Amino acid sequence: MKTIAHYLLLCAIALVCVFPFWWTLVTALSTEGNIFAFPPTFWPKAPSLDNFIEVFRAIPMWSFFRNSVFIAACTVFWKLLLCSAAAYPLARMQFKGRKLIFGLILATLVLPSEVNFLVNFITVTKLSLVDTYAGVILPNVVNAVSILLLKQAFEEVPQDLIDAARVDGASEWIIFSKIMLPLIAPWLATVGILTAVEAWNEYIWPSIVMSKPDEFPLSVGVLYLRGTFGSSTRVIAAGTVLTILPTLAAFLFTQRFFMRGMDGAVK
Amino acid sequence: MRKLTAWLFLAPALILLAIFSFWPVAFGSLLAFTDYSLIRETHWVGLDNFRYIFDNEMFVTGLKNSLLFLLMVPFVQIGALSLAVLVNNQLPGIRYFRAAFYVPVVTTVSVVGIMWGFMFHEQGALNYVLRACHLVGAPVGWLSNDTLALFAIMFVTLWRGLGWYMVMYLAALQAVPADMQEAAILDGANRWQRFWKITVPMLRPTIMICSVLSVLAALKAYQEVDVLTQGGPMNSTFTGLYYAYDQGLKHLKLPRALAASFIVSLFCIGIALVCLRYLKPKHR
Repeated sequence: MKTIAHYLLLCAIALVCVFPFWWTLVTALSTEGNIFAFPPTFWPKAPSLDNFIEVFRAIPMWSFFRNSVFIAACTVFWKLLLCSAAAYPLARMQFKGRKLIFGLILATLVLPSEVNFLVNFITVTKLSLVDTYAGVILPNVVNAVSILLLKQAFEEVPQDLIDAARVDGASEWIIFSKIMLPLIAPWLATVGILTAVEAWNEYIWPSIVMSKPDEFPLSVGVLYLRGTFGSSTRVIAAGTVLTILPTLAAFLFTQRFFMRGMDGAVK
Repeated sequence: MRKLTAWLFLAPALILLAIFSFWPVAFGSLLAFTDYSLIRETHWVGLDNFRYIFDNEMFVTGLKNSLLFLLMVPFVQIGALSLAVLVNNQLPGIRYFRAAFYVPVVTTVSVVGIMWGFMFHEQGALNYVLRACHLVGAPVGWLSNDTLALFAIMFVTLWRGLGWYMVMYLAALQAVPADMQEAAILDGANRWQRFWKITVPMLRPTIMICSVLSVLAALKAYQEVDVLTQGGPMNSTFTGLYYAYDQGLKHLKLPRALAASFIVSLFCIGIALVCLRYLKPKHR
């Protein structure tokens, strides 16, 4: 009895969380009737993929998709490389200024990074990176949370392994790349997946840096759809479904990595 | 030698942090006191920008709304902790529920705006359900009513944030040693007592971190405003940072935007300091 009540409660909350997605999907799949008909339809009427095909006709969907993949892949690669390189000495080396650097990195968590883009746009302009993917990617490559997670991971590696390698005369770079990185692979995967989803979802910054519509990532391009085809709500719905499909799939198949990322953050 | 290596490892990350995280704060704070623009010579103007924004109705409403957003923090935190307790078990299919609660977190804000635009529409699903349950007589204009719109936006941020904090709490709950619970059961403690006397004290650090993050997130909310109402109706849904975003990006008044974000930052830092002081874990 208690279990049933428990499930009912879970279902009710899940409904609130998932319903907007369901309704958007129904809207995108239906081809008949008014979207805001009364009573609304909660099941697709005459389902078809026409609206999805229309999205590809209306906007350069493949370019958007390719741009998003490219941005996400580059962000993941550089973040894993630079953040793990930064986390390694913080976790396993003694040097002057370590506490200070660590404090500075922590401070970025409290700083109002939400509006950094105002000044970053000036910086990116001065560096002539406007309208380049480097301009979109660079500000997102290093962040405190990733460094903290990877630092945590490096701290869990047994000291013996490092000592043995040092006795064998391995350089710090070899120890880092050949011993440490493989050992923290699950954490790299965690940070990588979280980063990929974040980069995919990033919306304000790319919309500032990129001005040519066919260079937009999907998250920005999908709103462009709203601008051009304001009347065709069903096509917009189809566009949103296509935009979130990759991140939802990534999330559902790699759920445990998301949970693990949080695990580390709590420690 | 070892020292040099450490700095070499750190250098690329530090350079990027310096350029894109510290420079904007330092340079941005300075620019807030100037009349900077990309095309003209820059002059020092003292507090002019601050005077301007505090005389501006949109910013003052925005600041009030940002503070009003703080009302959400207890809802988000208590809601997320309750959700975490609800899914912290091995019931069949529980991972699907966890996933369902987390899905809004991995959805880009532009899509969230479109979807909730559908939901809040006068003929949308929300009004239908409310009318079917006889909770409202006529359709409610959730996003077009100047008292309701802000609360509608707050609800969307709650919807987006709940899953994130839930997972944080879930991780912390799973780190509570099982033997402590068992010992308490042997001592005859009931479920409720165990929750308040064992779980909550063990969760204290997580509750602290999540609350501070939640407070900061509430003060800095603006993306949902942009995708749902763009500050309307009648400027009623401006937040402090949405004003900064609107001025800086849409009207290209960078110094005003930076002055506004400077003020919001002061609030953030002040409140973060207060929270950290009073919520410090006592047992350590």
